[in-house]
Amino acid sequence: MSLDLDDLDRRILRALSRDSTQSAGALGRKLGLSQPATWRRIRRLEEAGVIAGRRVVVEPEALGFGVTVFLGVKLAAKGRVSLEDFERAVTAIPEVQVVQHVLGLFDYRLRVTARDLADFERVLRRRIMTLPGVGQVEANVLLSEERRPGPLG
Amino acid sequence: MQLDDTDRRILRQMMAEPGLPTAELAERAGVTSATCWRRIERLREGGVIRGEQALIDWHALGWEVEVSLRFTLDKTNPRAFDEFIAAAREVPEVLEIQSFLGSTDMRLQVIARDMAHYQEIYRNRILTLPHISELDALMLISTIKSSAELPV
Repeated sequence: MSLDLDDLDRRILRALSRDSTQSAGALGRKLGLSQPATWRRIRRLEEAGVIAGRRVVVEPEALGFGVTVFLGVKLAAKGRVSLEDFERAVTAIPEVQVVQHVLGLFDYRLRVTARDLADFERVLRRRIMTLPGVGQVEANVLLSEERRPGPLG
Repeated sequence: MQLDDTDRRILRQMMAEPGLPTAELAERAGVTSATCWRRIERLREGGVIRGEQALIDWHALGWEVEVSLRFTLDKTNPRAFDEFIAAAREVPEVLEIQSFLGSTDMRLQVIARDMAHYQEIYRNRILTLPHISELDALMLISTIKSSAELPV
């Protein structure tokens, strides 16, 4: 079941996915909606799970995290090692921000953040390569990234 | 910008639960509301906190298919990256555009309503992007962890 969105809902989503700190009143004024009407729409989007949460956008480099690496991981011994064991161990690593189970050349996609390349090497050797069942690993160092608004009309 | 332990505590709590009211955040970080508010302002001005965004669950909107497409570009053309990125921005179903150092040059996160729709996007919008030399696809089965948290 998916929610039917009208044009105003899409504009609200677009605005909040750019900046979720704006109040219902301020957002409503931009869209020509009253504060209560805007608030009700945001509430409905949250209750339907369309707005799944909020994320604080920080500048990783300002916090001393200069390197982001995407890893493709293939499990070596499927069947012998349970996916649950691998997933439990990999999600516990603080430097691993994203874990996705995928179908294709690899079994898992990881997003790893580290202070620098030496720190990344430490995480890779001590934490990733020692995970249960881990086989082939491919690493790509992130150079640039942009998030797009997505298909919102 | 220099960060101290108080900044780090506030940041940790903010990243763990974005959208908390300042009073609640201050209590969790063990500082007064006034201090918390001042510190957050300072972190914003210093460019450490760039903003806060709502996360859209595309699945809840009926977008069932999510694919990570990885490209190798034809680097004999010096404009390959710029032109590829500019063209990828024109595809509404593209959620993320990343460039890499490694065996993969570019990556696009693409969503579609279903497999038929994905096939249509793949044929008409993806394969027509400029300067593609090779590409492979990783189809998302499930997201086990997705966190913007940093071990600060």
